Amino acid sequence: MAGAPEMARGQAARWAILFALAAAAPFFFYPIFLMKALCFGLFAAAFNLLLGFTGLLSLGHAVFMGSASYVTAYAMKAWGLPPLIGILAGTGVAAVLGVAFGWLAIRRQGIYFAMVTLALSQMVYFYAVESKYTGGEDGIQAVPRGMLLGLIDLNRPLAMYYFVLAVFIIGFAIIYRAVHSPFGEVLKAIRENEPRAISLGYRTERYKLLAFVLSATLAGLAGATKALVFQLASLTDVDWTMSGDVVLMTLIGGVGTLWGPVVGAFVTVAMENYLAQFGSWITVIEGVIFVLCVLTFRRGIVGELAHRLPRWLGRRRATPD
Amino acid sequence: MKAKFILAVAAAAALGMATASGASAQGAPKPIKIGVMNDMSSVYSYLGGMGSVAAAKMAVKDFGGKVLGRPIEVIFADHQNKPDVGAGIARQWFDEQGVDAIVDLPTSSVAIAVQQVAKERGKVTLISNGGSSELTGKFCSPTGVHWTYDTYAMAHGTGSAVVKQGGNTWFFLTADYAFGHALQDDTAAVVKAAGGTVVGSVNVPLNNADFSSFLLQAQQSKAKVIGLANAGGDTVNSIKQAAEFGIVAGGQRLAGLLVFIMDVDALGLKTAQGLLLTEAYYWDQNDATRAWAKRFQAVYGKIPTSGQAGVYGAVSHYLKAMAAAGTDDGIKVVAKMRELPINDFMTKNGKLREDGRVLRDMYLFEVKKPEESKYPFDYYKQLAVIPAAQAYRPLSESECPLIKKN
Amino acid sequence: MPEWMHIAVPSAPALFAQLLIGLINGSFYALLSLGLAVIFGLLNIINFAHGALYMLGAFCAYLLLNYFGIGYWPSLLLAPLAVGAFGILLERCFIRWVYRLDHLYGLLLTFGLALIVQGVFRQFYGASGKPYSIPEALSGGQNLGFMFLPNYRVWVIVASAAVCFGTWFLIERTRLGANLRAATENPALVQAFGINVPRMVTLTYGFGVALAALAGVMAAPIYQVSPLMGTNLIIVVFAVVVIGGMGSILGAIVGGFALGIIEGLTKVFYPEASATAIFVIMAIVLLVKPAGLFGRRA
Repeated sequence: MAGAPEMARGQAARWAILFALAAAAPFFFYPIFLMKALCFGLFAAAFNLLLGFTGLLSLGHAVFMGSASYVTAYAMKAWGLPPLIGILAGTGVAAVLGVAFGWLAIRRQGIYFAMVTLALSQMVYFYAVESKYTGGEDGIQAVPRGMLLGLIDLNRPLAMYYFVLAVFIIGFAIIYRAVHSPFGEVLKAIRENEPRAISLGYRTERYKLLAFVLSATLAGLAGATKALVFQLASLTDVDWTMSGDVVLMTLIGGVGTLWGPVVGAFVTVAMENYLAQFGSWITVIEGVIFVLCVLTFRRGIVGELAHRLPRWLGRRRATPD
Repeated sequence: MKAKFILAVAAAAALGMATASGASAQGAPKPIKIGVMNDMSSVYSYLGGMGSVAAAKMAVKDFGGKVLGRPIEVIFADHQNKPDVGAGIARQWFDEQGVDAIVDLPTSSVAIAVQQVAKERGKVTLISNGGSSELTGKFCSPTGVHWTYDTYAMAHGTGSAVVKQGGNTWFFLTADYAFGHALQDDTAAVVKAAGGTVVGSVNVPLNNADFSSFLLQAQQSKAKVIGLANAGGDTVNSIKQAAEFGIVAGGQRLAGLLVFIMDVDALGLKTAQGLLLTEAYYWDQNDATRAWAKRFQAVYGKIPTSGQAGVYGAVSHYLKAMAAAGTDDGIKVVAKMRELPINDFMTKNGKLREDGRVLRDMYLFEVKKPEESKYPFDYYKQLAVIPAAQAYRPLSESECPLIKKN
Repeated sequence: MPEWMHIAVPSAPALFAQLLIGLINGSFYALLSLGLAVIFGLLNIINFAHGALYMLGAFCAYLLLNYFGIGYWPSLLLAPLAVGAFGILLERCFIRWVYRLDHLYGLLLTFGLALIVQGVFRQFYGASGKPYSIPEALSGGQNLGFMFLPNYRVWVIVASAAVCFGTWFLIERTRLGANLRAATENPALVQAFGINVPRMVTLTYGFGVALAALAGVMAAPIYQVSPLMGTNLIIVVFAVVVIGGMGSILGAIVGGFALGIIEGLTKVFYPEASATAIFVIMAIVLLVKPAGLFGRRA
């Protein structure tokens, strides 16, 4: 590869610009909206670790986000824990669920894997409806945000935004590192051709389980943070339509790309906001987007751009990616 | 990587279009903004939907379009029955778009969340279609107004009236959700207080389509009254199948604890006849209600539901109180709303209580037989008035932290 | 005993009544799942639009009655034909593009189509629903002593069983069915034999859709006819098909009946869980016998 130090400097510059944009964003856009997009972005990126990079479609992924959301909300409200501990508690529960569900689901492939995840998530949904800890359909409301490290009041929108941004960066960095690593390469190998990976001596079951647990944990991190952003946790977070939403986000953004799900999340949240004014036509518009994405836009936003941009710029530069 | 970089910048620009705060024109007086938030695309859309927007706009127009020398704007959004969508829109409306009051709010989880957001900012919530009695209980707010009905009133209204008519043994079909349990508990309390007994109950998962098994259990209990502690599609299905299983023909009565005129319309009179229910408003009760309904129909094209009528009433009273208080400050306006008696086409001498509950008369209706109905939507005959003093949870039982208990 | 276990053991006749109800519901689930099983078994498309098409069948019956005065009996034939034709239109315009792709895309595409159909109907007809009564000939019921059995329910189980048997026979025992099954295993070879495979595929999708619509017409007199009536049934139907075995017609039929009975029992002993019971069973079946009870592919 030519000019590796050059590339590294170029990359570092781009990361810096992205970071600067992210840091400046709350002064131009409404912070709550940005935070919602960041949480869903992390959720979708975690989901895509499983779908885009390992080739496993989970139809019950909301359960990890939702259960973490409930645990964090409950911990903060009932026990008054500080925010970091609350988030860790939620994420921890999601990780445990991830191990349990993953261990069960990994035994199956393809659509059967998807159906097992759906069945397991419906059971958790049932528990969320029945349990007195979750508040049933009212949810857990008026969750306090607390003081971060005892110093920073998270009720101030800017403080909360930078905290959420930090959480997002950490979560995304973990995914980035996982994908660009030997572990990530094995996952991609499993996605492409699992029997071949097995024949090469890899214990694919272990890799898939690890990917599942990682994905579930980071989805939990997103959910736990979201509970603090909105100061509530509700049944919507564990509903199967939420699992469907994350598939849509990933699809719009580009399955199998790193940034795709994040972009997809931002676009979906923006759309939801914008479409709220259209009232009753929302469902129809969502349906049209699904159809268009599947028929004509399968690579998703990021995928399409990654595909076309090099060709548009081709004559001037051939930048290997 | 370059592609993705350009993409990130492009995405940031795209975000702006969807979220940019509206810049207000310099010099022009800042409008008073009223936001109608409800379900416009899903299961509860028929209770309010765009009809509530029409009702709010009617109220603004009838008031003169201006208050405190400032124009009044009505905006709306679909919360899709999701609390984080509702809370997100509410925050944005209050913080960025200068909305002063949010109206309607069906679906308790969203209503509670939005009322919480409003409470923190001293902004007003005028809840018409939302039913949870906790909105004036543990989630009460000094700027929260629960205008039309709540689950306690529905339970008490129908429960006590039916027991008076001789229905003293009850079996409940309860939606396995907090509101279902609340309806059951509140009705059971009334029944027992009136000397009746609850013979049994069964918890039904939400959105269950087939009630045959549960209706069988109800039939076998031989209770005189089968209380339907559910709502929407579940109520329609239970009633439809009850007719199929000959429940009413067999001598048992059905009491709908949360039924609205559009549910009766969905059933048709042949199936729904004889059903007992409580509502805060029926378009054909008297000349005043009829006149208003005709005006609403001219604007929106459909008969108003009680929730939509409530939106009109709440917005009108809010504007009246704002004019009288001389300020747009939420706390002061709601305080004024408490001072002024509520008199409109659907309310006689209503009063807003300290916990945010509007005390109004409720009405017990029975659904007419098909041959008794002379014109479209001629569905109800009024059987009784449940006076405001009896219909709502007394303050002594309230969990609202605003109530000073001596 | 934990308080959530409302074990009120009913008497034998009462229990028998509940089992009978469960069997009748099972026959309805079987009918509803049949179309999905046909489409997945023969076309490999996970038809998430099934619930919306079921709703279209019910609405078609309502519209036929209210605008053309056509009653229930003719609707049993006309509605499936009309909705089947619509299904063929969908297949030609949208679905055929995803045959060669991963299952995920078929699922997402049909999910999107379902959203559009449901959204449009909800826009024009509202969410509360429309009235539709049981036809005169089937109204009333029999007092069996241990329960009152509505005549309509007897019709449901008889008609469902007949349609299920007929479909199974068509697919598994006739020449046409054999050609169809061969065409999905090896389209090129079957095409070489002179059989128009794309047309068969289209007609098969239309047939599966017509089955969904038929279930809708049968549901209209007893369930709320609303644009959202299919949304909650869809995952139940999926569970039935998965439990029965995703390629198998017989599996969907047996799965449907079995589920009806198990759900019926759950409604007696632990009613709150009756909607979730099916997912527990689905998880167990998938983990123990992944191809389902009668499934051919693993």
